[in-house]
Amino acid sequence: MDGGNIFLTLLQKVAPEGVPAWVLALTAAVVGIAILVGFVSVLVMFAVWLERKVSGHIQCRYGPMYAGGWHGWAQSVADGVKLLAKEDLIPLGADKPLFVLAPALMLAAIFGALAAMPLSPSVYFTNLNLGLFAILAMSSMTTIGVVMAGWASNSKWALYGSMREAAQVVAYEIPFGISLLVPLMVIGTFNLGEASARQAGWFGMHWVMFQNPFVLPAFLLFFTAALAETKRAPFDLPESESELVAGFMTEYSGIRWSFFFLEEYAAMFLMSVVGAVFFLGGFESPLTHFARESFGAGSVVHEVTAGVTLLLKAMFGIFLMMWLRWTLPRVRIDQVMTMGYKYLTPLALLCVLGAGIWEAIF
Amino acid sequence: MATQIEDRSKSEEESRTLPTGEKEFFLDVHTSDLEVNFGPQHPATHGVMRILMRADGELITGAQPHLGYLHRCAEKIGESVEWLQYLPYTDRYDYLAAMNNNLGYSMAVEALMPGLVIPRRAEMIRTICAELNRIGSHLIAFGTYGLDIGAFTPFFYAFREREWMMALFEKICGARLTYSYIRIGGVFNDAPPGWLEEVARFCDVFEEKWKEYVDLLVMNQIFVKRTANVGVIPREMALDFGLTGPMLRGSGVDFDLRRDLPYSLYGEMLRDKAFDVIVGKGEKGTLGDCWDRTWCRVFEMMESIKIVRWCLERIEPGPVLGDIPKVLRIPPGEAYVGIENPRGELGHYVVSDGGKVGVRVRVRGPSFTNVAVLEELLPGALIADAIAIIGSTDVVIGETDR
Repeated sequence: MDGGNIFLTLLQKVAPEGVPAWVLALTAAVVGIAILVGFVSVLVMFAVWLERKVSGHIQCRYGPMYAGGWHGWAQSVADGVKLLAKEDLIPLGADKPLFVLAPALMLAAIFGALAAMPLSPSVYFTNLNLGLFAILAMSSMTTIGVVMAGWASNSKWALYGSMREAAQVVAYEIPFGISLLVPLMVIGTFNLGEASARQAGWFGMHWVMFQNPFVLPAFLLFFTAALAETKRAPFDLPESESELVAGFMTEYSGIRWSFFFLEEYAAMFLMSVVGAVFFLGGFESPLTHFARESFGAGSVVHEVTAGVTLLLKAMFGIFLMMWLRWTLPRVRIDQVMTMGYKYLTPLALLCVLGAGIWEAIF
Repeated sequence: MATQIEDRSKSEEESRTLPTGEKEFFLDVHTSDLEVNFGPQHPATHGVMRILMRADGELITGAQPHLGYLHRCAEKIGESVEWLQYLPYTDRYDYLAAMNNNLGYSMAVEALMPGLVIPRRAEMIRTICAELNRIGSHLIAFGTYGLDIGAFTPFFYAFREREWMMALFEKICGARLTYSYIRIGGVFNDAPPGWLEEVARFCDVFEEKWKEYVDLLVMNQIFVKRTANVGVIPREMALDFGLTGPMLRGSGVDFDLRRDLPYSLYGEMLRDKAFDVIVGKGEKGTLGDCWDRTWCRVFEMMESIKIVRWCLERIEPGPVLGDIPKVLRIPPGEAYVGIENPRGELGHYVVSDGGKVGVRVRVRGPSFTNVAVLEELLPGALIADAIAIIGSTDVVIGETDR
C-alpha cells in the first residue's frame, strides 16, 4: 500500500507534462483537506440536526420544524450563520493566545484523526498502515485542547470541567485501547481499508463481531469507553451543564464555541467509524458483496455502496449515542473513575486474554 | 458582601466516609481550597439562590447559602393593602403552588371571621385545586431533579402532564400560574361545565403516565447510584432544623398537616381512609437520603390523585362563595393557620385591628426553613452531590425571599 492519497493519483493522470511534483502534491493535499473539512462539517451539521430531532421525538416534541421548510432541515445552517455573526468575545482575565488556540487545536486534532478514515475502498485521504494508531494518537490530542480551554478561560467552572476531562480521558484511554486490541488480534491489521477488506467473506457478513465470541463484550467496552472519550452522556462530566454551567466551554461564545460543538460531533463520528470498521464489518454488508460480485471490485457502484454502508453504520453508532444521552442520567466523577479503573480495564484485559486463547486454538 | 465560610475541615473526616465507603480515595489528595460562587445565576439553583462554597478539588468543605435575590417585601405589602387585595401577592411566593398559597392565606383570614360559613362545594373545589396544584408542583420538583442529575427526558414527560393540569386551571380561573382563585370565603367562581369530568379523565391518564416516571427515573440504576446515600438527613437533624413536607417525611418522620391537624375536608377523608401519608423507608440506601425525598414526592402525587377522586365522587351543586361583604372588614384578633403545601408547612400569621387593611401578615414559608439544612449537608459532598442535594430540597426562591 502506498502512502499517497487518491487525489494525488488522479492529478498525476490529468496534469500536463512538466508540472513539478511538489505542486501536484500540494494541490492534492489542499484539495484533500478541503474535501475532508467540507464533508465532516456537513456531516456534523446533519448530526446536530439529527440530535435535535431524536431528542425531540424522545421527549414528546418535534424539535426544529421551521427553518428551511421540511422538518427544519436548515436549522443547523441558520444556527451556524447566527454563531458566525455573533460578537467575538474574549474574557478580560483570559489568557488570550491559549484561549484562541484551544478550539483550533481541538479541531486540528480531530480532523487529523479523521484523515485516516477511508471514504470507500479506493477513496481515502491518506492510506496509513497504522491507521488506527494514528486515529488514537490524534484524537487524544483533543484532551489538550479541553484542558487548555479550561485553563485559559480563567473561570472556576471551566477549570473544573477541564480537570474532569483530563482525569476521565486518562482513565478511559486504557480500556479504550485495550478493547480495540481484540479486533486487532482477530483481523491483524491497523489499516482501516484493509481491516474492512478482511471482513469480506460470508456474503459480506464475515464481520469481526461474528468471528470470535470475545469481540461482543469487547465492543460493549469499546462503546462505553468511546462515550467517555467523546464526552457524551452519561459521561458528559467535562461539560455537565447542570453542575458546571457549561464546563470547559463556559466562557466561550460565538463561532469559537461552535468549534467545540463541531469537535464533539466529529469525534462521535470518528468513534462510530472506528467501531464500524473494527467490529461491524466496515464497508462490508450483503449489499456491498453483491455490488462487488455484479459490477466488479473498484467499480463506481461498488465504491458507492461500500461508502454508504460505512456511513450508515457510523450513523447508527451516532444514533445509539444520542439515544443513550437522552435516556440516562449523568454519573458522578468518582463513579466514572471507579468504573474506568476497577471494571472496564480488567474486563478489557480479560477479553484480550480470552480472544487470544480463542485465536490460538481455532 | 464580605463573608467567611465556616471551615469544617476538622469535622470533614467523619462526613467523608459514607456507609458505602465509596469516597475514601478522595482522602489521599488535597489541593488548595477554591472558593466557588455557586449562583445566583446558575442552571441548577432553581432560581436566584446563591451558595458560597469552599471546595477542595471536587470535595466541598464549606457552604453558605445566601438569600434575598428575589425579595419583594410581600409581608410588608400585606400591611398596606386591603385583605382581598393581598391575595395576588400570595400567588407569587411559591409560584409553583399558588393555589395552596391562596388557600393558606384565605384560611388564615377566615379564622378571624367566626360567623363565616364556607359552602361545601367551595371546600370541594378548593381541595381539588390544591391537590392538582400539589401534583403540578411535585412534577416540577421531579422533572427539574432529573435535569440536575443529568436526565433531560423525564422533565419533558413531567411537563406533558403539567401542561394539562395548567390547562385545567386556565379553564377554571383564566390563569396558568398565578391563580388568585381560592379567596376569602370560598372560591372565585364555579367550575365551568364539564370541568369536573375532565379532572376525572386527567386522574385516569395521570395514573398511567405516573408509572413512566417511576420506571424512567426513580428506579433508574444510575439515578439510584447518584441519589441513594447522598445528602442524608437523619431523623433528629430533620426535626432540629424544623423541616416539613417531603423533606421531613423523607427522613422517616410521619408528619403531615393534612392528617395531623386536619383542615378543610381532610378530616372527613381521614374517616374514609381516603389517602395515606407517604413516609421514606430508606429503601435504596440510608433513611433520609436524596432518593427517599424524591420517592416521597413521586408517590405523594398518587395520594393526591386519590384525594381528588374522593372529592369528585362527593361533589354536589351549590354556592361556591360564602357571605362576604364588598368591603371586607376583619374583626380584631390574630390567627395562625398552617397548611400542608407541596414543600411543607405554609403558615400565615395575620393580625387585624378591625380595619380594611391588615396590621401584620407574616408568612412561614417551608422553602425558607428547608434551605437552612444545606449549610449542614453540603460539606463533605462532591460538587455533583451538591447539585443533587440542592435539587432534593426543592426550594422555590420566590418563597425563601418572599
